Amino acid sequence: MIDLAALFGLSRRQLAARGLVGLAFIAWLVTLCIWFEITPTRLGRGIDGLFVILRMMIPPSPGAQWHDILQGLAESVAMAFFGTVVAACIAFPLGFFGSRNVIVNGLAHFSIRRVFDGFRGVDQLVWALAFVRAVGLGPLAGVMAIIAAEVFVLAKQFAEAIENADPRQPEAIVATGGTRLAVVRFGLLPQVLPVLLAQTLYAFESSTRSAAILGVVGAGGIGLQIAERIKVRYWNEVSFIILLILVTVAAIDFLSARVRRRLIGEASPR
Amino acid sequence: MIDVEAAFQAQRRAKRTATLTGGALLLACMLVSAWVAEAWPSSLIAGAPRVGDYLSKLIPDLRPHVLFADTKTEGSLGYWMYRIDIWLWLLFETSQIAALATLLGTLGALVLCFPAASNLAPNRAVYWAFRRFLELFRCVPDIVYALILVWTFGVGPLAGILAIALHTTGALGKLFAEAAENADMRPWEGLRAVGANWPECVRFAIVPQVLPNILSYVLLRFETNVRGATVIGFVGAGGIGQELYSVISFNYYQEIGAIIVLIVVAVSLIDLLSERLRTRAISGEQGT
Repeated sequence: MIDLAALFGLSRRQLAARGLVGLAFIAWLVTLCIWFEITPTRLGRGIDGLFVILRMMIPPSPGAQWHDILQGLAESVAMAFFGTVVAACIAFPLGFFGSRNVIVNGLAHFSIRRVFDGFRGVDQLVWALAFVRAVGLGPLAGVMAIIAAEVFVLAKQFAEAIENADPRQPEAIVATGGTRLAVVRFGLLPQVLPVLLAQTLYAFESSTRSAAILGVVGAGGIGLQIAERIKVRYWNEVSFIILLILVTVAAIDFLSARVRRRLIGEASPR
Repeated sequence: MIDVEAAFQAQRRAKRTATLTGGALLLACMLVSAWVAEAWPSSLIAGAPRVGDYLSKLIPDLRPHVLFADTKTEGSLGYWMYRIDIWLWLLFETSQIAALATLLGTLGALVLCFPAASNLAPNRAVYWAFRRFLELFRCVPDIVYALILVWTFGVGPLAGILAIALHTTGALGKLFAEAAENADMRPWEGLRAVGANWPECVRFAIVPQVLPNILSYVLLRFETNVRGATVIGFVGAGGIGQELYSVISFNYYQEIGAIIVLIVVAVSLIDLLSERLRTRAISGEQGT
Protein backbone atom coordinates (compact mmCIF):
# COMPACT_ATOMS: atom_id res chain seq x y z
CA MET A 1 0.00 0.00 0.00
CA ILE A 2 1.45 3.32 -1.08
CA ASP A 3 1.38 6.06 1.49
CA LEU A 4 -0.81 8.55 -0.36
CA ALA A 5 -0.21 11.34 2.12
CA ALA A 6 3.56 11.15 1.74
CA LEU A 7 3.19 10.88 -2.02
CA PHE A 8 1.43 14.24 -2.31
CA GLY A 9 3.52 15.90 0.39
CA LEU A 10 0.46 16.47 2.57
CA SER A 11 -0.39 15.66 6.12
CA ARG A 12 -3.05 13.03 6.70
CA ARG A 13 -5.47 15.68 7.86
CA GLN A 14 -5.04 17.73 4.65
CA LEU A 15 -5.53 14.60 2.60
CA ALA A 16 -8.72 13.77 4.48
CA ALA A 17 -9.99 17.32 3.96
CA ARG A 18 -9.33 17.10 0.23
CA GLY A 19 -11.08 13.75 0.07
CA LEU A 20 -14.11 15.20 1.82
CA VAL A 21 -14.24 18.18 -0.55
CA GLY A 22 -14.04 15.79 -3.48
CA LEU A 23 -16.84 13.64 -2.09
CA ALA A 24 -19.03 16.69 -1.48
CA PHE A 25 -18.39 17.82 -5.04
CA ILE A 26 -19.42 14.43 -6.45
CA ALA A 27 -22.50 14.40 -4.23
CA TRP A 28 -23.42 17.88 -5.56
CA LEU A 29 -23.02 16.71 -9.15
CA VAL A 30 -25.13 13.60 -8.61
CA THR A 31 -27.86 15.62 -6.86
CA LEU A 32 -28.01 18.07 -9.74
CA CYS A 33 -28.13 15.26 -12.30
CA ILE A 34 -31.09 13.69 -10.51
CA TRP A 35 -32.81 17.03 -9.95
CA PHE A 36 -32.44 18.23 -13.55
CA GLU A 37 -33.13 14.72 -14.94
CA ILE A 38 -29.79 14.55 -16.70
CA THR A 39 -29.62 10.91 -17.75
CA PRO A 40 -27.30 9.28 -20.28
CA THR A 41 -30.23 8.25 -22.50
CA ARG A 42 -31.61 11.79 -22.54
CA LEU A 43 -28.17 13.21 -23.29
CA GLY A 44 -27.62 10.66 -26.01
CA ARG A 45 -30.96 11.34 -27.66
CA GLY A 46 -30.36 15.10 -27.46
CA ILE A 47 -26.92 14.84 -29.00
CA ASP A 48 -28.32 12.66 -31.80
CA GLY A 49 -30.94 15.33 -32.47
CA LEU A 50 -28.28 18.00 -32.40
CA PHE A 51 -26.29 16.23 -35.08
CA VAL A 52 -29.40 15.95 -37.23
CA ILE A 53 -29.89 19.71 -36.88
CA LEU A 54 -26.22 20.39 -37.61
CA ARG A 55 -26.47 18.29 -40.77
CA MET A 56 -29.55 20.21 -41.84
CA MET A 57 -27.74 23.50 -41.22
CA ILE A 58 -25.27 22.71 -43.99
CA PRO A 59 -25.21 24.32 -46.47
CA PRO A 60 -26.40 27.66 -45.06
CA SER A 61 -28.95 29.30 -47.30
CA PRO A 62 -30.54 32.75 -47.18
CA GLY A 63 -33.95 31.41 -48.17
CA ALA A 64 -36.43 33.57 -50.01
CA GLN A 65 -36.56 36.49 -47.58
CA TRP A 66 -33.29 38.30 -48.15
CA HIS A 67 -35.01 41.58 -47.58
CA ASP A 68 -36.34 40.69 -44.11
CA ILE A 69 -32.98 39.34 -42.99
CA LEU A 70 -31.02 42.40 -44.09
CA GLN A 71 -33.59 44.73 -42.61
CA GLY A 72 -33.45 42.89 -39.29
CA LEU A 73 -29.69 43.09 -39.26
CA ALA A 74 -29.70 46.82 -40.02
CA GLU A 75 -32.31 47.29 -37.31
CA SER A 76 -30.12 45.48 -34.75
CA VAL A 77 -27.07 47.58 -35.54
CA ALA A 78 -29.10 50.80 -35.52
CA MET A 79 -30.73 49.89 -32.21
CA ALA A 80 -27.33 49.20 -30.68
CA PHE A 81 -25.81 52.43 -32.00
CA PHE A 82 -28.67 54.71 -31.07
CA GLY A 83 -29.16 53.05 -27.69
CA THR A 84 -25.49 53.18 -26.77
CA VAL A 85 -25.08 56.85 -27.69
CA VAL A 86 -28.16 57.88 -25.72
CA ALA A 87 -27.10 55.66 -22.80
CA ALA A 88 -23.63 57.22 -22.82
CA CYS A 89 -25.15 60.72 -22.74
CA ILE A 90 -27.26 59.77 -19.70
CA ALA A 91 -24.45 57.86 -18.02
CA PHE A 92 -21.99 60.73 -18.41
CA PRO A 93 -23.37 62.90 -15.58
CA LEU A 94 -24.28 59.80 -13.55
CA GLY A 95 -20.67 58.65 -13.73
CA PHE A 96 -19.50 61.89 -12.13
CA PHE A 97 -22.14 61.56 -9.42
CA GLY A 98 -21.01 58.02 -8.72
CA SER A 99 -17.29 58.70 -8.36
CA ARG A 100 -15.62 59.22 -5.02
CA ASN A 101 -13.53 62.21 -6.08
CA VAL A 102 -16.59 64.22 -7.18
CA ILE A 103 -19.17 63.19 -4.57
CA VAL A 104 -16.99 63.18 -1.48
CA ASN A 105 -19.71 62.12 0.97
CA GLY A 106 -19.08 58.42 1.64
CA LEU A 107 -22.70 57.44 2.28
CA ALA A 108 -23.98 59.21 -0.84
CA HIS A 109 -21.25 57.62 -2.96
CA PHE A 110 -21.93 54.17 -1.54
CA SER A 111 -25.68 54.36 -2.09
CA ILE A 112 -25.40 55.75 -5.63
CA ARG A 113 -23.03 52.94 -6.60
CA ARG A 114 -25.31 50.29 -5.03
CA VAL A 115 -28.19 51.68 -7.11
CA PHE A 116 -26.08 51.22 -10.27
CA ASP A 117 -25.20 47.68 -9.18
CA GLY A 118 -28.82 46.84 -8.43
CA PHE A 119 -30.09 47.91 -11.82
CA ARG A 120 -27.18 46.15 -13.50
CA GLY A 121 -28.55 42.91 -12.07
CA VAL A 122 -31.60 43.22 -14.34
CA ASP A 123 -30.79 41.59 -17.66
CA GLN A 124 -31.35 43.42 -20.93
CA LEU A 125 -33.91 40.83 -22.02
CA VAL A 126 -36.03 41.53 -18.93
CA TRP A 127 -36.05 45.22 -19.81
CA ALA A 128 -36.90 44.34 -23.40
CA LEU A 129 -39.80 42.11 -22.42
CA ALA A 130 -41.17 44.77 -20.07
CA PHE A 131 -40.83 47.53 -22.67
CA VAL A 132 -42.54 45.38 -25.28
CA ARG A 133 -45.50 45.23 -22.92
CA ALA A 134 -45.29 49.00 -22.36
CA VAL A 135 -44.75 50.42 -25.88
CA GLY A 136 -45.62 47.49 -28.12
CA LEU A 137 -43.65 45.18 -30.40
CA GLY A 138 -40.87 46.65 -32.49
CA PRO A 139 -37.41 48.15 -32.37
CA LEU A 140 -38.45 51.06 -30.12
CA ALA A 141 -38.78 48.66 -27.19
CA GLY A 142 -35.35 47.28 -28.06
CA VAL A 143 -33.77 50.73 -28.13
CA MET A 144 -35.28 51.49 -24.73
CA ALA A 145 -34.05 48.17 -23.34
CA ILE A 146 -30.52 48.86 -24.56
CA ILE A 147 -30.62 52.34 -23.05
CA ALA A 148 -31.94 51.05 -19.72
CA ALA A 149 -29.39 48.25 -19.47
CA GLU A 150 -26.36 50.17 -20.75
CA VAL A 151 -26.87 53.31 -18.68
CA PHE A 152 -26.02 51.54 -15.45
CA VAL A 153 -23.15 49.52 -16.89
CA LEU A 154 -21.61 52.63 -18.42
CA ALA A 155 -22.27 54.76 -15.33
CA LYS A 156 -20.31 52.29 -13.22
CA GLN A 157 -17.44 52.10 -15.72
CA PHE A 158 -17.37 55.88 -16.09
CA ALA A 159 -17.34 56.34 -12.31
CA GLU A 160 -14.42 53.94 -11.98
CA ALA A 161 -12.50 55.69 -14.76
CA ILE A 162 -13.08 59.05 -13.09
CA GLU A 163 -11.92 57.67 -9.74
CA ASN A 164 -8.73 56.44 -11.38
CA ALA A 165 -7.91 59.91 -12.71
CA ASP A 166 -4.73 61.60 -11.56
CA PRO A 167 -5.68 63.76 -8.52
CA ARG A 168 -2.96 66.35 -9.14
CA GLN A 169 -4.75 68.19 -11.93
CA PRO A 170 -8.01 68.74 -9.99
CA GLU A 171 -5.88 69.83 -7.02
CA ALA A 172 -4.21 72.44 -9.20
CA ILE A 173 -7.60 73.82 -10.20
CA VAL A 174 -8.65 73.93 -6.54
CA ALA A 175 -5.39 75.71 -5.68
CA THR A 176 -6.03 78.40 -8.28
CA GLY A 177 -9.48 78.97 -6.78
CA GLY A 178 -11.64 77.08 -9.27
CA THR A 179 -15.22 76.16 -8.42
CA ARG A 180 -16.40 72.53 -8.12
CA LEU A 181 -17.69 72.70 -11.68
CA ALA A 182 -14.37 74.08 -12.95
CA VAL A 183 -12.55 71.24 -11.16
CA VAL A 184 -14.64 68.70 -13.03
CA ARG A 185 -14.45 70.53 -16.35
CA PHE A 186 -10.72 71.40 -16.45
CA GLY A 187 -9.21 69.01 -13.90
CA LEU A 188 -11.01 65.74 -14.60
CA LEU A 189 -12.73 65.87 -17.98
CA PRO A 190 -9.66 66.25 -20.22
CA GLN A 191 -8.06 63.26 -18.48
CA VAL A 192 -11.00 60.90 -18.57
CA LEU A 193 -12.70 61.79 -21.86
CA PRO A 194 -10.60 59.43 -24.04
CA VAL A 195 -11.22 56.59 -21.60
CA LEU A 196 -14.95 57.27 -21.54
CA LEU A 197 -15.06 57.35 -25.35
CA ALA A 198 -13.23 54.05 -25.56
CA GLN A 199 -15.62 52.48 -23.04
CA THR A 200 -18.58 53.76 -25.02
CA LEU A 201 -17.17 52.11 -28.14
CA TYR A 202 -16.75 48.83 -26.23
CA ALA A 203 -20.34 49.19 -25.06
CA PHE A 204 -21.42 49.65 -28.68
CA GLU A 205 -19.67 46.40 -29.60
CA SER A 206 -21.35 44.47 -26.81
CA SER A 207 -24.74 46.07 -27.53
CA THR A 208 -24.50 44.91 -31.14
CA ARG A 209 -24.18 41.35 -29.86
CA SER A 210 -27.08 41.71 -27.46
CA ALA A 211 -29.27 43.64 -29.93
CA ALA A 212 -29.08 40.57 -32.14
CA ILE A 213 -31.13 38.58 -29.62
CA LEU A 214 -33.62 41.18 -28.37
CA GLY A 215 -35.96 40.15 -31.20
CA VAL A 216 -36.47 36.80 -29.48
CA VAL A 217 -38.88 38.57 -27.13
CA GLY A 218 -40.28 40.78 -29.90
CA ALA A 219 -38.14 43.89 -29.44
CA GLY A 220 -37.03 44.25 -33.06
CA GLY A 221 -33.88 43.31 -34.91
CA ILE A 222 -32.51 40.11 -36.38
CA GLY A 223 -33.42 38.01 -33.30
CA LEU A 224 -37.03 37.83 -34.47
CA GLN A 225 -35.91 36.33 -37.78
CA ILE A 226 -33.82 33.68 -36.00
CA ALA A 227 -36.58 32.79 -33.55
CA GLU A 228 -39.15 32.50 -36.34
CA ARG A 229 -36.95 30.24 -38.43
CA ILE A 230 -36.10 28.04 -35.44
CA LYS A 231 -39.82 27.67 -34.76
CA VAL A 232 -40.49 26.40 -38.28
CA ARG A 233 -37.19 24.45 -38.36
CA TYR A 234 -35.60 26.11 -41.38
CA TRP A 235 -32.20 25.14 -40.00
CA ASN A 236 -30.19 26.11 -43.07
CA GLU A 237 -31.59 29.64 -42.87
CA VAL A 238 -30.86 29.74 -39.14
CA SER A 239 -27.22 28.91 -39.76
CA PHE A 240 -27.08 31.51 -42.52
CA ILE A 241 -28.37 34.22 -40.21
CA ILE A 242 -25.98 33.17 -37.45
CA LEU A 243 -23.06 33.42 -39.88
CA LEU A 244 -24.30 36.80 -41.06
CA ILE A 245 -24.41 38.02 -37.45
CA LEU A 246 -20.87 36.75 -36.85
CA VAL A 247 -19.62 38.66 -39.90
CA THR A 248 -21.45 41.84 -38.88
CA VAL A 249 -20.15 41.68 -35.31
CA ALA A 250 -16.60 41.12 -36.57
CA ALA A 251 -16.93 44.07 -38.96
CA ILE A 252 -18.21 46.33 -36.17
CA ASP A 253 -15.43 45.23 -33.83
CA PHE A 254 -12.91 46.06 -36.56
CA LEU A 255 -14.45 49.46 -37.28
CA SER A 256 -14.76 50.35 -33.63
CA ALA A 257 -11.11 49.38 -33.01
CA ARG A 258 -10.09 51.70 -35.86
CA VAL A 259 -12.16 54.58 -34.47
CA ARG A 260 -10.82 53.95 -30.97
CA ARG A 261 -7.25 54.14 -32.22
CA ARG A 262 -7.99 57.37 -34.07
CA LEU A 263 -9.61 58.93 -31.02
CA ILE A 264 -7.28 57.97 -28.22
CA GLY A 265 -4.05 56.84 -29.85
CA GLU A 266 -2.47 53.49 -29.16
CA ALA A 267 -3.04 53.50 -25.40
CA SER A 268 -5.92 51.20 -24.60
CA PRO A 269 -7.76 51.77 -21.33
CA ARG A 270 -8.43 48.11 -20.64
CA MET B 1 6.48 85.10 -30.80
CA ILE B 2 4.19 85.65 -33.76
CA ASP B 3 5.07 82.20 -35.08
CA VAL B 4 4.13 80.51 -31.84
CA GLU B 5 0.85 82.36 -31.79
CA ALA B 6 0.12 81.49 -35.43
CA ALA B 7 1.04 77.84 -34.88
CA PHE B 8 -1.21 77.71 -31.81
CA GLN B 9 -4.10 79.22 -33.76
CA ALA B 10 -3.55 76.82 -36.66
CA GLN B 11 -3.51 73.82 -34.33
CA ARG B 12 -6.61 75.04 -32.60
CA ARG B 13 -8.38 75.49 -35.95
CA ALA B 14 -7.37 72.00 -37.02
CA LYS B 15 -8.64 70.55 -33.76
CA ARG B 16 -11.90 72.44 -34.06
CA THR B 17 -12.43 71.22 -37.64
CA ALA B 18 -11.76 67.63 -36.55
CA THR B 19 -14.24 67.94 -33.68
CA LEU B 20 -16.86 69.46 -35.96
CA THR B 21 -16.41 66.76 -38.60
CA GLY B 22 -16.60 64.07 -35.93
CA GLY B 23 -19.72 65.67 -34.48
CA ALA B 24 -21.37 65.91 -37.89
CA LEU B 25 -20.54 62.27 -38.62
CA LEU B 26 -21.97 61.20 -35.26
CA LEU B 27 -25.12 63.22 -35.89
CA ALA B 28 -25.56 61.68 -39.33
CA CYS B 29 -25.12 58.18 -37.91
CA MET B 30 -27.60 58.98 -35.14
CA LEU B 31 -30.19 60.19 -37.67
CA VAL B 32 -29.77 57.13 -39.87
CA SER B 33 -29.95 54.74 -36.91
CA ALA B 34 -32.94 56.56 -35.45
CA TRP B 35 -34.68 56.20 -38.81
CA VAL B 36 -33.87 52.48 -39.09
CA ALA B 37 -34.71 51.69 -35.46
CA GLU B 38 -37.92 53.75 -35.62
CA ALA B 39 -36.71 55.66 -32.57
CA TRP B 40 -37.72 59.18 -33.52
CA PRO B 41 -37.69 61.74 -30.73
CA SER B 42 -41.46 61.97 -31.13
CA SER B 43 -41.97 58.22 -30.64
CA LEU B 44 -39.46 58.16 -27.77
CA ILE B 45 -41.31 61.01 -26.07
CA ALA B 46 -44.67 59.38 -26.76
CA GLY B 47 -43.35 56.10 -25.33
CA ALA B 48 -41.77 57.62 -22.21
CA PRO B 49 -45.00 58.20 -20.26
CA ARG B 50 -46.19 54.68 -21.08
CA VAL B 51 -42.88 53.29 -19.80
CA GLY B 52 -43.15 55.47 -16.70
CA ASP B 53 -46.70 54.28 -16.22
CA TYR B 54 -45.63 50.65 -16.60
CA LEU B 55 -42.68 50.98 -14.22
CA SER B 56 -44.78 52.80 -11.63
CA LYS B 57 -47.23 49.90 -11.62
CA LEU B 58 -44.36 47.60 -10.61
CA ILE B 59 -43.86 49.51 -7.35
CA PRO B 60 -45.45 47.35 -4.66
CA ASP B 61 -48.53 48.54 -2.86
CA LEU B 62 -47.10 48.50 0.67
CA ARG B 63 -48.83 50.13 3.64
CA PRO B 64 -46.63 50.95 6.63
CA HIS B 65 -49.13 50.06 9.35
CA VAL B 66 -49.64 46.51 8.11
CA LEU B 67 -46.13 45.97 6.73
CA PHE B 68 -45.38 42.85 8.77
CA ALA B 69 -48.88 41.41 8.79
CA ASP B 70 -49.59 37.94 7.43
CA THR B 71 -49.86 37.02 3.75
CA LYS B 72 -53.64 37.53 3.72
CA THR B 73 -53.50 41.25 4.56
CA GLU B 74 -53.36 43.54 1.56
CA GLY B 75 -50.40 45.93 1.69
CA SER B 76 -48.06 43.76 3.76
CA LEU B 77 -44.68 42.43 2.70
CA GLY B 78 -46.03 38.92 2.97
CA TYR B 79 -48.91 39.71 0.63
CA TRP B 80 -46.51 41.18 -1.92
CA MET B 81 -44.13 38.19 -1.76
CA TYR B 82 -46.87 35.59 -1.41
CA ARG B 83 -45.05 33.06 -3.56
CA ILE B 84 -41.62 33.70 -2.09
CA ASP B 85 -40.99 30.02 -1.30
CA ILE B 86 -41.44 29.05 -4.94
CA TRP B 87 -39.48 32.03 -6.20
CA LEU B 88 -36.56 31.40 -3.87
CA TRP B 89 -36.47 27.77 -4.94
CA LEU B 90 -36.48 28.84 -8.61
CA LEU B 91 -33.67 31.31 -7.89
CA PHE B 92 -31.70 28.52 -6.25
CA GLU B 93 -32.33 26.38 -9.34
CA THR B 94 -31.13 29.30 -11.50
CA SER B 95 -27.91 29.59 -9.52
CA GLN B 96 -27.34 25.84 -9.82
CA ILE B 97 -27.92 26.01 -13.58
CA ALA B 98 -25.31 28.75 -13.75
CA ALA B 99 -22.88 26.81 -11.55
CA LEU B 100 -23.11 23.57 -13.51
CA ALA B 101 -22.93 25.43 -16.82
CA THR B 102 -19.85 27.33 -15.65
CA LEU B 103 -18.25 24.05 -14.59
CA LEU B 104 -18.95 22.36 -17.93
CA GLY B 105 -17.87 25.45 -19.86
CA THR B 106 -14.64 25.64 -17.88
CA LEU B 107 -13.86 22.00 -18.65
CA GLY B 108 -14.50 22.61 -22.35
CA ALA B 109 -12.39 25.75 -22.32
CA LEU B 110 -9.53 23.96 -20.53
CA VAL B 111 -9.47 21.33 -23.27
CA LEU B 112 -9.60 23.84 -26.12
CA CYS B 113 -7.53 26.75 -24.81
CA PHE B 114 -3.98 25.37 -24.88
CA PRO B 115 -3.87 24.53 -28.60
CA ALA B 116 -5.37 28.00 -29.15
CA ALA B 117 -2.43 29.75 -27.47
CA SER B 118 0.08 30.91 -30.05
CA ASN B 119 3.11 29.95 -27.95
CA LEU B 120 1.88 26.42 -27.17
CA ALA B 121 0.18 25.34 -30.40
CA PRO B 122 2.23 22.74 -32.26
CA ASN B 123 1.81 24.66 -35.53
CA ARG B 124 -0.04 27.62 -37.04
CA ALA B 125 -2.80 25.49 -38.55
CA VAL B 126 -3.78 24.00 -35.19
CA TYR B 127 -3.67 27.45 -33.57
CA TRP B 128 -5.84 28.96 -36.30
CA ALA B 129 -8.37 26.11 -36.26
CA PHE B 130 -8.83 26.18 -32.47
CA ARG B 131 -9.10 29.96 -32.41
CA ARG B 132 -11.89 29.93 -35.03
CA PHE B 133 -13.58 27.08 -33.19
CA LEU B 134 -13.60 29.08 -29.94
CA GLU B 135 -14.90 32.13 -31.81
CA LEU B 136 -17.79 30.10 -33.16
CA PHE B 137 -18.72 29.09 -29.61
CA ARG B 138 -18.26 32.57 -28.23
CA CYS B 139 -20.05 34.66 -30.83
CA VAL B 140 -23.39 32.86 -30.69
CA PRO B 141 -25.32 34.18 -27.66
CA ASP B 142 -26.44 31.61 -25.11
CA ILE B 143 -30.11 32.37 -25.72
CA VAL B 144 -29.77 31.31 -29.37
CA TYR B 145 -28.14 28.05 -28.28
CA ALA B 146 -31.00 27.63 -25.82
CA LEU B 147 -33.59 28.13 -28.59
CA ILE B 148 -31.96 25.36 -30.60
CA LEU B 149 -31.22 23.01 -27.70
CA VAL B 150 -34.77 23.21 -26.37
CA TRP B 151 -35.72 21.43 -29.60
CA THR B 152 -33.39 18.51 -29.09
CA PHE B 153 -33.12 18.17 -25.30
CA GLY B 154 -36.67 19.20 -24.49
CA VAL B 155 -37.95 22.02 -22.33
CA GLY B 156 -36.16 22.25 -18.99
CA PRO B 157 -32.93 23.13 -17.23
CA LEU B 158 -30.77 20.69 -19.20
CA ALA B 159 -31.09 22.74 -22.41
CA GLY B 160 -30.26 25.91 -20.48
CA ILE B 161 -27.21 24.36 -18.82
CA LEU B 162 -25.82 23.14 -22.13
CA ALA B 163 -26.59 26.45 -23.87
CA ILE B 164 -24.76 28.52 -21.26
CA ALA B 165 -21.94 25.97 -21.14
CA LEU B 166 -21.38 26.21 -24.91
CA HIS B 167 -21.16 29.99 -24.82
CA THR B 168 -18.96 29.85 -21.70
CA THR B 169 -16.56 27.45 -23.43
CA GLY B 170 -15.92 30.02 -26.14
CA ALA B 171 -15.71 33.03 -23.85
CA LEU B 172 -13.43 31.40 -21.28
CA GLY B 173 -11.37 29.55 -23.89
CA LYS B 174 -10.25 32.83 -25.39
CA LEU B 175 -9.37 34.33 -22.00
CA PHE B 176 -7.52 31.16 -20.91
CA ALA B 177 -5.59 31.08 -24.18
CA GLU B 178 -4.53 34.69 -23.67
CA ALA B 179 -3.47 33.92 -20.10
CA ALA B 180 -1.40 31.00 -21.38
CA GLU B 181 0.21 33.23 -24.00
CA ASN B 182 1.45 35.51 -21.22
CA ALA B 183 2.97 32.62 -19.26
CA ASP B 184 6.71 32.35 -18.71
CA MET B 185 8.09 29.82 -21.24
CA ARG B 186 11.21 28.79 -19.31
CA PRO B 187 9.52 25.96 -17.34
CA TRP B 188 8.14 24.71 -20.67
CA GLU B 189 11.62 24.61 -22.21
CA GLY B 190 12.96 22.87 -19.14
CA LEU B 191 10.33 20.15 -19.36
CA ARG B 192 10.84 19.81 -23.11
CA ALA B 193 14.57 19.36 -22.45
CA VAL B 194 13.98 16.45 -20.05
CA GLY B 195 11.73 14.76 -22.61
CA ALA B 196 8.19 15.51 -21.46
CA ASN B 197 5.48 15.22 -24.10
CA TRP B 198 2.99 17.97 -24.97
CA PRO B 199 0.25 17.21 -22.39
CA GLU B 200 2.84 16.84 -19.65
CA CYS B 201 4.42 20.16 -20.57
CA VAL B 202 1.03 21.88 -20.45
CA ARG B 203 0.17 20.26 -17.14
CA PHE B 204 3.39 20.98 -15.28
CA ALA B 205 4.75 24.11 -16.97
CA ILE B 206 1.72 26.19 -17.90
CA VAL B 207 -1.20 25.17 -15.66
CA PRO B 208 0.48 26.07 -12.34
CA GLN B 209 1.31 29.52 -13.73
CA VAL B 210 -2.13 30.36 -15.09
CA LEU B 211 -4.27 28.74 -12.38
CA PRO B 212 -4.92 31.92 -10.31
CA ASN B 213 -5.88 33.78 -13.47
CA ILE B 214 -8.14 30.96 -14.59
CA LEU B 215 -9.86 30.82 -11.20
CA SER B 216 -10.65 34.51 -11.22
CA TYR B 217 -11.92 34.36 -14.81
CA VAL B 218 -14.14 31.40 -13.90
CA LEU B 219 -15.65 33.24 -10.94
CA LEU B 220 -16.25 36.36 -13.04
CA ARG B 221 -17.89 34.20 -15.67
CA PHE B 222 -20.05 32.59 -12.99
CA GLU B 223 -21.41 36.03 -12.10
CA THR B 224 -22.21 36.70 -15.77
CA ASN B 225 -23.81 33.28 -16.12
CA VAL B 226 -26.08 33.83 -13.12
CA ARG B 227 -27.42 36.91 -14.90
CA GLY B 228 -27.75 34.91 -18.13
CA ALA B 229 -29.50 32.06 -16.34
CA THR B 230 -32.20 34.41 -15.05
CA VAL B 231 -33.42 35.00 -18.62
CA ILE B 232 -32.62 31.64 -20.23
CA GLY B 233 -36.06 30.51 -19.03
CA PHE B 234 -37.69 32.98 -21.45
CA VAL B 235 -37.27 30.36 -24.16
CA GLY B 236 -38.20 27.46 -21.90
CA ALA B 237 -34.78 26.46 -20.63
CA GLY B 238 -35.39 26.42 -16.89
CA GLY B 239 -34.86 28.68 -13.90
CA ILE B 240 -36.70 31.77 -12.71
CA GLY B 241 -36.96 33.12 -16.28
CA GLN B 242 -39.96 30.95 -17.10
CA GLU B 243 -41.88 32.33 -14.14
CA LEU B 244 -40.78 35.89 -14.93
CA TYR B 245 -41.83 35.47 -18.55
CA SER B 246 -45.31 34.33 -17.62
CA VAL B 247 -45.92 37.07 -15.03
CA ILE B 248 -44.74 39.73 -17.50
CA SER B 249 -46.94 38.24 -20.24
CA PHE B 250 -49.99 38.23 -17.99
CA ASN B 251 -49.23 41.76 -16.66
CA TYR B 252 -49.14 40.63 -13.01
CA TYR B 253 -47.41 43.88 -12.06
CA GLN B 254 -46.88 43.20 -8.34
CA GLU B 255 -45.33 39.81 -9.06
CA ILE B 256 -43.01 41.29 -11.71
CA GLY B 257 -41.74 43.82 -9.17
CA ALA B 258 -41.30 41.16 -6.50
CA ILE B 259 -39.38 38.76 -8.76
CA ILE B 260 -37.11 41.52 -10.10
CA VAL B 261 -36.30 42.65 -6.56
CA LEU B 262 -35.48 39.06 -5.61
CA ILE B 263 -33.28 38.62 -8.70
CA VAL B 264 -31.39 41.85 -7.98
CA VAL B 265 -30.80 40.83 -4.36
CA ALA B 266 -29.70 37.32 -5.32
CA VAL B 267 -27.38 38.53 -8.07
CA SER B 268 -25.79 41.11 -5.74
CA LEU B 269 -25.26 38.47 -3.03
CA ILE B 270 -23.64 36.10 -5.49
CA ASP B 271 -21.46 38.92 -6.82
CA LEU B 272 -20.30 39.78 -3.30
CA LEU B 273 -19.52 36.15 -2.50
CA SER B 274 -17.68 35.61 -5.75
CA GLU B 275 -15.70 38.81 -5.29
CA ARG B 276 -14.54 37.56 -1.89
CA LEU B 277 -13.52 34.22 -3.37
CA ARG B 278 -11.76 35.95 -6.24
CA THR B 279 -9.56 38.12 -4.06
CA ARG B 280 -8.80 35.08 -1.90
CA ALA B 281 -7.96 32.93 -4.93
CA ILE B 282 -5.56 35.53 -6.29
CA SER B 283 -3.84 36.43 -3.02
CA GLY B 284 -3.80 32.81 -1.82
CA GLU B 285 -2.08 31.58 -4.95
CA GLN B 286 0.45 34.38 -4.87
CA GLY B 287 1.24 33.62 -1.23
CA THR B 288 2.41 30.07 -1.90
